[in-house]
Amino acid sequence: MNPRTLVLSAACALLAIALALVSLSVGTTKLPVADVVQALLGGGDGGTRLIVLELRLPRVATGLLVGIAFAVSGALLQTLSRNALASPDIVGVNSGASAAAVTVIVLAGTGGGNISGVAARVGIPLAAIIGGLAATAIVGVLSIQRGVIDAGRIVLIGVGVAAAANSIVAWLLVIGDVTDAGRAAAWLAGSLNARTWSDAIPVGLAVLLLLPVAVAFNRDLDALVLGDDVASSLGVRVSRVRIALLVIATVLAAMATSGAGPIAFVALVAPQIAQRLAKTERPPLLSTALLGALFVTAADLVARNGLEVLQVGPYELPVGVVTAAAGAPYLLHLIGRQQKGR
Amino acid sequence: MFVENLTLAYSGDKPVVSGLTLEVPSGRLTAIVGPNGSGKSTLLRGMSRLMAPQGGRVLLDGKDIHQLPARELARQLGILPQGPVTPEGITAAELVSRGRHPYRGLFARLTSDDQSAIDEALAAVELEELKDRPVDQLSGGQRQRVWIAMVLAQGTPHLLLDEPTTYLDLAHAVDVMNVVHAAAHTSGRTVVVVLHDLTLAAQYADHLVVMGNGEIAAEGHPVDVLSAELLHEVFGLRATVVEVGGAPVVVPDRRLAV
Amino acid sequence: MVGGRVGRLVGLGLLVLVVFGASLALGARWLGVGAVWHALTEASGSDADVIVRSLRLPRTTVAVLVGACLGVAGALMQGHTRNALAEPGIFGVSAGAALAVVLGLQIGVVESVGSTVWCALIGALIATFGVQRLASRGSGASPVGLALTGAAVAALLGAMTSAIVLLDANTLDGYRFWAVGSVAGRGFDVAGQVLPFAAVGLVLAAINARDLDLLALGDDVAAGLGLSIRRARLVGLLAIGLLTAAGVAACGPIGFLGLLAGHVARRIFGARNSWLIPASALIGAAALVTADLVGRLVGGAGEVQAGVVLGVVGAPLFVMVVRRRAVVL
Repeated sequence: MNPRTLVLSAACALLAIALALVSLSVGTTKLPVADVVQALLGGGDGGTRLIVLELRLPRVATGLLVGIAFAVSGALLQTLSRNALASPDIVGVNSGASAAAVTVIVLAGTGGGNISGVAARVGIPLAAIIGGLAATAIVGVLSIQRGVIDAGRIVLIGVGVAAAANSIVAWLLVIGDVTDAGRAAAWLAGSLNARTWSDAIPVGLAVLLLLPVAVAFNRDLDALVLGDDVASSLGVRVSRVRIALLVIATVLAAMATSGAGPIAFVALVAPQIAQRLAKTERPPLLSTALLGALFVTAADLVARNGLEVLQVGPYELPVGVVTAAAGAPYLLHLIGRQQKGR
Repeated sequence: MFVENLTLAYSGDKPVVSGLTLEVPSGRLTAIVGPNGSGKSTLLRGMSRLMAPQGGRVLLDGKDIHQLPARELARQLGILPQGPVTPEGITAAELVSRGRHPYRGLFARLTSDDQSAIDEALAAVELEELKDRPVDQLSGGQRQRVWIAMVLAQGTPHLLLDEPTTYLDLAHAVDVMNVVHAAAHTSGRTVVVVLHDLTLAAQYADHLVVMGNGEIAAEGHPVDVLSAELLHEVFGLRATVVEVGGAPVVVPDRRLAV
Repeated sequence: MVGGRVGRLVGLGLLVLVVFGASLALGARWLGVGAVWHALTEASGSDADVIVRSLRLPRTTVAVLVGACLGVAGALMQGHTRNALAEPGIFGVSAGAALAVVLGLQIGVVESVGSTVWCALIGALIATFGVQRLASRGSGASPVGLALTGAAVAALLGAMTSAIVLLDANTLDGYRFWAVGSVAGRGFDVAGQVLPFAAVGLVLAAINARDLDLLALGDDVAAGLGLSIRRARLVGLLAIGLLTAAGVAACGPIGFLGLLAGHVARRIFGARNSWLIPASALIGAAALVTADLVGRLVGGAGEVQAGVVLGVVGAPLFVMVVRRRAVVL
């Protein structure tokens, strides 16, 4: 890791931790940061512990983990397809997950009425994972050309699959009851509201297991940037590596989507920002992961308190609205700066 | 063509070419050589309008190229830059026909003048038989000749070529250089070509310009310019220069492992 | 060579005519050729005449117009960004229209299909202008820069749309029907409102075709041939914006059509834009009319929206096209 990437990673990690602490301390009951730290370390009084550990920590943890998962997923997809536009939002993972989840919401909702309560609660994340994996399986199989998953095809076919899934979502929203459509729209926007440990733990496990695996592929990724032919002459088994990375990227994105909905733009923008800040030739994995965590945590802080601070009212925005609203201008700024340098 | 006190820089950075003055002999083949990063390609971009100068100007028949309308300039000066993109499935004849753009009206079809310019260009690079073949199915040397035919079809009295022999084997490189040489000596065009092969440049050039660090280190007839001292000074290369058939040949000094 | 292309273009034109006829004849009630002809030439006010003249003819006309607009917009975008993924939906124009429609619903100026048209047009045009300004900062847009700029603007506007929709169930209710993309209930008035924009857009696209042929050789080569890169991009962006605005305003954000039309056209006609652009128009028109027809036939009384059909049927078709091509991008 070069010094610039190291500094970037450290800065992102520190900022993410700081914002997580702030996030744990603000809310209906405002707590001093010192009390929060005390509660986290096992001290503090019962009330504080309840608020910090039981109510707020699951949400903050889900945010951090989902940020890491989306960002790494995007970095992997962008590198293995050599296309800056490739991200789980665009190549079908999120759309597949969304179509499955919205199906459950609409069919299990007030309109259908057969499945409800616990079944719907467990059903949505499960459906999201299955939908996401199914979408990528289709994309992966169809992208095979002469026995190798072709970089250009992944993206094109992914867009096709995403388009099909998205039109199913739009159709479900139209045939559903307006209340269900509202619930589905809220889920689709991506939200960290009322997350519990049962949301955070699956994402946490996925990150814990797959991030080290992805990092272990770092050298192969460096080679893949140079093109398939160069990579295979450097001893990379291009086809296998690409399948492995595709699976990792998908599982991460699908788990993240099941935890918090398809939060927009994190997977697309975090790798691009990390790459430009680190001045590397591909998104650096660890910095991207930490930047993703920072991004989602910061966005959630704004989503929870933004409208109240602006005195619009006591509404909470979905975090996905904030990630898009904040990520997009920054990406625009970076593109503009790059163009001036050309 | 006259380059006057030209300074070129990529925005914000220090100049790649600084205060360079060069008189390009008319109707002759001028080759620009120099080590990597010496500014030779940048100079060529500055001599066309691909790059706006920070200072100085480039005169074409006494007129500043930046004062000429774009289409007018494109009828006077053709450039083949590095890394042109070959659209998928395009045929050789179609690619060459795009060189006629500066002469065509908004929706006009190709005129007979256009057609004869295209045929002449394809004949000059000896690819008439392959004109209906997709360019991406041609060999590297043939593909490069198609691109040269495209700028030849542009019918300009001045021609700038940026490393047209890169990636070609010697036989194909010689084919390309024969075409380039004929463009100057048979058709009377003023040709400037950036090359990295010193011997090839010395074999064909009427006028050799050696660049180092954004400035002209030496210029003149190849025989007068290429010397062991110059190669050592500009390229950091220890070599012997011998003369074969009136043109200098660079033979690098070997350092063999024992 | 040229003769073959003319033949194929004529074939596509015939295909549009055939699906146009089928769209007039088929639906909840199947009519014979005679009945359709009767309705078109000497309508006497029979049920069949009313169905053809006031229901099927207007929506089919709108479908042809919008399909052509979105098809050409897709082909232009793919050319300008040199990115096979480019299509109007990814460019922020649809998102701008959506935001404007949602705002219109929110403040209550939008009640009917007719009033969404103006909102969507204004939104789409503002978004186009914005993308254009943003993309031409510095030394002008690189293909990747252009694509990313469009994606960023789309995401930003989409976020605003979903924020509004989520805070107000009534707006969501109106929006979801617009967002799915459909030609149902669109009359000649809608076609008339968007026609000027579509016409200007198509003319600009035709002018831009040859510039695109040069840009395809790389920016440097194009500049060497005397093309003003900046002006060519500007004309292209303007055409894309107008065409998408017209299409989205009339029918909602019908995704995927531009992508489909551009790719199929490239497969049939190769790289030359003077052929590609008219071909994309015809393919787009045929695809949208067909999608609308299929939606009417399979949905029965419920009717599946053309946007949904295009996504579900068009996507596998698109995948097939991609798979049969040796090289992509």
